[in-house]
Amino acid sequence: MNVSSVKGSMSISSSTSTWKAGDTISDQFPAGLRVLVVDDDPTCLMILEKMLIACLYKVTKCNRAETALSKLRENKNGYDIVLSDVHMPDMDGFKLLEHIGLEMDLPVIMMSADDGKQVVMKGVTHGACDYLIKPVRIEALKNIWQHVVRKRKNEWKEFEQSGSVEEGDRQPKQSDDADYSSSANEGNWKGSKKRKDEEEETDERDDTSTLKKPRVVWSVELHQQFVAAVNQLGIDKAVPKKILELMNVPGLTRENVASHLQKYRLYLRRLSGVSQHQSNLSTIISAQDPTFGSLSSLSGLDLQTLAATGQLPAQSLARLQAAGLGRATAKSGIPITLVDQRNIFSFENPKLRFGEGQQQHMTNKQQVNLLHGIPTTMEPKQLVSLRHAAQSIGNMNMQVPPHGAQSSQNNPLLMQMGQQQQQQQQSRGQILVDSTINHAPRLSSSMGQPILSNGIATNVSSRNGIPENIRAPGYSQTPSMLNFPMNHASELPGNSFALGSTPGVSILTSKGAFQEDVNSEIKGSGGLMPSYDVFNDLDQHKPQSWELQNVGMAFDTSQHSNSLQGNLDLTQSALGQQGFSSGQMNGHNRSAAVASKAMFSTGDVKELGSAQNVNQHLNNLLVDNTIRVKSERVCDTSPANIFPDHFGQDDLMSALLKQQESVASSENEFDFDGYSMNNIPV
Amino acid sequence: MESKHVNQQIAAMRQSFFDELEDQNNPNFVEEVFTMYFRDSTTLLETVEQAMKTISITLAKMDKILHQLKGSSASVGANKVLNEINKTRQVLEKGNLEGTKAGIWEMRKEYDSLKAKLEPYFQLKQANSVPQEK
Repeated sequence: MNVSSVKGSMSISSSTSTWKAGDTISDQFPAGLRVLVVDDDPTCLMILEKMLIACLYKVTKCNRAETALSKLRENKNGYDIVLSDVHMPDMDGFKLLEHIGLEMDLPVIMMSADDGKQVVMKGVTHGACDYLIKPVRIEALKNIWQHVVRKRKNEWKEFEQSGSVEEGDRQPKQSDDADYSSSANEGNWKGSKKRKDEEEETDERDDTSTLKKPRVVWSVELHQQFVAAVNQLGIDKAVPKKILELMNVPGLTRENVASHLQKYRLYLRRLSGVSQHQSNLSTIISAQDPTFGSLSSLSGLDLQTLAATGQLPAQSLARLQAAGLGRATAKSGIPITLVDQRNIFSFENPKLRFGEGQQQHMTNKQQVNLLHGIPTTMEPKQLVSLRHAAQSIGNMNMQVPPHGAQSSQNNPLLMQMGQQQQQQQQSRGQILVDSTINHAPRLSSSMGQPILSNGIATNVSSRNGIPENIRAPGYSQTPSMLNFPMNHASELPGNSFALGSTPGVSILTSKGAFQEDVNSEIKGSGGLMPSYDVFNDLDQHKPQSWELQNVGMAFDTSQHSNSLQGNLDLTQSALGQQGFSSGQMNGHNRSAAVASKAMFSTGDVKELGSAQNVNQHLNNLLVDNTIRVKSERVCDTSPANIFPDHFGQDDLMSALLKQQESVASSENEFDFDGYSMNNIPV
Repeated sequence: MESKHVNQQIAAMRQSFFDELEDQNNPNFVEEVFTMYFRDSTTLLETVEQAMKTISITLAKMDKILHQLKGSSASVGANKVLNEINKTRQVLEKGNLEGTKAGIWEMRKEYDSLKAKLEPYFQLKQANSVPQEK
């Protein structure tokens, strides 16, 4: 076998993924297939590697899921297929599977000594291409290339049908399932159908997108749009066709949407499942998912609007957010705690004033989602509130309750915001405020949670005297903050700072606090960011916030190879300063969040950059980062670190906000001008 | 020649031991694998046994460890050990602590016997290869 040539052709085919079904695939095709093996058992790993090499594959092995994910992210097209063990200490194999599916869309094969039907079924539902029982026979490995071919084939066909809408109609929903669930089915069914369809529809194909690339990259923005559409339709009633119409993205086919929807659903399901295990937070989180979704959708929509208009008035944002939240709330089964929190942030009041006490509701709602990853230290409520705060900040006028200490969840944020205002970190904080507010309650004692509270707190401190913070009615940007609340332990003192610093705060919070997998939240936050008022403010804070963001992002981004990284650099540095345990964050939630974020960030970051201003971009980055951070379980980065320099917090917040903004690509203006809420659309 | 005889012995042992699941081209590979296997599984087995002694261990944890052992053993082809592990796991699932203990004991037995069989093989191999290198 001419391995080298085969390998060459292999690489070509794998990279292009354009080889059509009918293409001449060298007989030696499988050789050179780039396989990534993940297994915590070194013995197994070694054996598998040996076997795979014997099959003439190119093998990379990892014994930790996190490592695997980062490798995949670094080199998006560097692998053709992934083999993963089911039982791993650091991350569940299925979770990894989902992340890979969402982010990279590579075929994944699960392995285990466990041959129970339940487990195998789980593999199927999570989207695994195949399931091997250990001991794995070399013959089984010889065949794994079929999954790669099949997937490519289907993708190719998917794209080929640019007029997919029509085609999609033609093809029943089944195709979606086929798409997603098993490559085998997909291959068979779709292949044949597609072939038939293709012939018939050659003409029809022309009309729609010219998208011919085999794979759709679900950028952050795109995903946001998607989530927005889904939320608008209602999670249950979201059909690919309608989503596609709502999204109105040229070049996107119904099949793309369908398969993405499937993944998204699994993701949500998983989140709800996971969250249940956790304490309130989890429930909140799950609850938030829908909320999140709605929020995101709202944010997405809002942001879009904002983007269009350039400035989404706080009210509208608030409204949207409220609507979103409301929806979310309704949908989510958030536990009472959440509900309470949500109430706090009831979006009904789009213009939450800073001084308004219960702003938290709003944020809560949103935050709920965001707060997913909030560390346990933070009470769920707080988290929720924080989140809401973040979110609501946008909407609400930052309920910056004067609560000094973390008295009530809502208040804390608000209060912090108030305090923060002093810091004047900048309106970024709106979001932050929210978060802080949320945090505040939680933060009762400088919780190490970086969650917004920290951010806010920091911001607050730095801000000192940011009176404007309270202004945040328009700050809806807090979504990012929402995430943070968790981590803030310290000061969130309700400085109104939140507004301006929200972004920063959020970042901070997210960073520190993401103890929980904010994955879902992040998504939400991304989505929620409709009110990116903070972003505007961020501009001011930009330099700082970026750092914060960068900081945050830095750790986060390690995994993020996404475009965000580029953008985030700024933020990362910013964040880095903060000393966020972002690193931590990166790790954990990343998977979840990353997935979502990846989608967001990549798209958004890029797009946002050009948008409004760097801030926005940064925000996006931040958002993304924050999102990521959140997902990663932001461990409480020593709050001290985070807030030592207020500056950092602000930046972080801004970064976060930005990120969020970016996620939501919201051009929401952040009224947080640095410390003046000028931008806050009131 | 004695060495030849020994080689044959080694080959025979090898055949009897190793189900050619893996690529056996590199004999050292086998050694490496088994070294690893024994290293890890010894630890695991000890943990399990320790766990049995302490009451605080939870069944879930035990199961996890056993699962790990199972995976490793399966991968190296230690079938007898694997069987015992499976039996033990089943008993464990039922919650039968005593039965589990007995099962673990059986596992230990098989494991030790496997080790006993393999060790001479490796030693022989090592010893044999050394003079050959000269």
